[in-house]
Amino acid sequence: MLDVRLYLLQRLTALMMIPLVLGHLVVMVYAVQGGLTAAEILSRTQGSLVWGGFYGAFVLAASIHGAIGLRAISAEVLGLRGVGLTALSWGVFLTLLLLGVRAVYAVTAGGPA
Amino acid sequence: MLEQSILATSVWRGDAEGGEFQRFEVPRRDSQTVLDVVTHIQQELDPSLAYRFACRVGMCGSCAMMVNGVPRWTCRTHVSKVSGNVSGGGGELQIAPLRNLPVIRDLVVDMAPFFDKWTAAEGVFRPSETRAAPMAKVQPGSPARAAANAGIECINCAVCYAACDVVAGNTDYLGPAALNRAWTLVNDARDGGQAERIDAVSSEGGCHNCHSMGSCAQFCPNALNPTAAIAGLKRETVKAKLGWRR
Repeated sequence: MLDVRLYLLQRLTALMMIPLVLGHLVVMVYAVQGGLTAAEILSRTQGSLVWGGFYGAFVLAASIHGAIGLRAISAEVLGLRGVGLTALSWGVFLTLLLLGVRAVYAVTAGGPA
Repeated sequence: MLEQSILATSVWRGDAEGGEFQRFEVPRRDSQTVLDVVTHIQQELDPSLAYRFACRVGMCGSCAMMVNGVPRWTCRTHVSKVSGNVSGGGGELQIAPLRNLPVIRDLVVDMAPFFDKWTAAEGVFRPSETRAAPMAKVQPGSPARAAANAGIECINCAVCYAACDVVAGNTDYLGPAALNRAWTLVNDARDGGQAERIDAVSSEGGCHNCHSMGSCAQFCPNALNPTAAIAGLKRETVKAKLGWRR
């Protein structure tokens, strides 16, 4: 189910996500001090390359990491193999990526800039 | 006292098609091993019982069975250690064929998949010199030799293979014993088959499937630690993949 390439990818994406998760949580807790509205969030994120890059990387890492994890689980628990397993892994990866990229696009694209 | 008490024993009877547990009452004796119990049943109660053993002293690795749901070498497992303390009786034992391997009959499993995986993991010494070469000098205290020594006392009993939940969920997984063997050879300075071995344990059923649950290390009768060996293989395969390996 996992060869060395997938194993490495899953570890590397986990490494990537450690600072991203921490950054996400710290900024969230910091930003909600004294209340927060959608407009305030969008005013900071729209047109921001930094936040686009931050969450873009987050989405990419999470999509890869989650797809590989679910691949191992579905192979062991559901007994999936071969083409079915490959299709499921790619399906999960592309679905997560699409949903994530859509969300990142929605909060970072356009805006006052 | 002990001689008079009775051990309530359930033994799995059947073949590849299926089967069920059969009850036997076995006299409880001092220093009795689980293999003694099975032998008593076969010699005194039901000669048709099939089981496998050879050395009776924990060297050959052929008598492993599931004892009360746990894989054990039965020749070195004392009944007193596993039968529980049922008041007024000699305790209870449930004996079944090893998990994760196809049953041939009763307590005998087909070990072929287990040994096929040793081969698939390149668990074979590949000489790098001919017999004419001088004796290789290996420092006993070198880190590689210490790592090899730590795993070398495997008796191929398949207790770890039966204990492994990854094997249970993934029949392609090479399993702890084969990977432990591969790790001892990765650390053998005399071996010339390292590239093939690294490839073999990096494949789909290779070391990266291990979830480090540690059942192999917990149940190994020789107190080896295949989980650590597999972690070592993960490190070396990653190094090889990234081109960091010598």
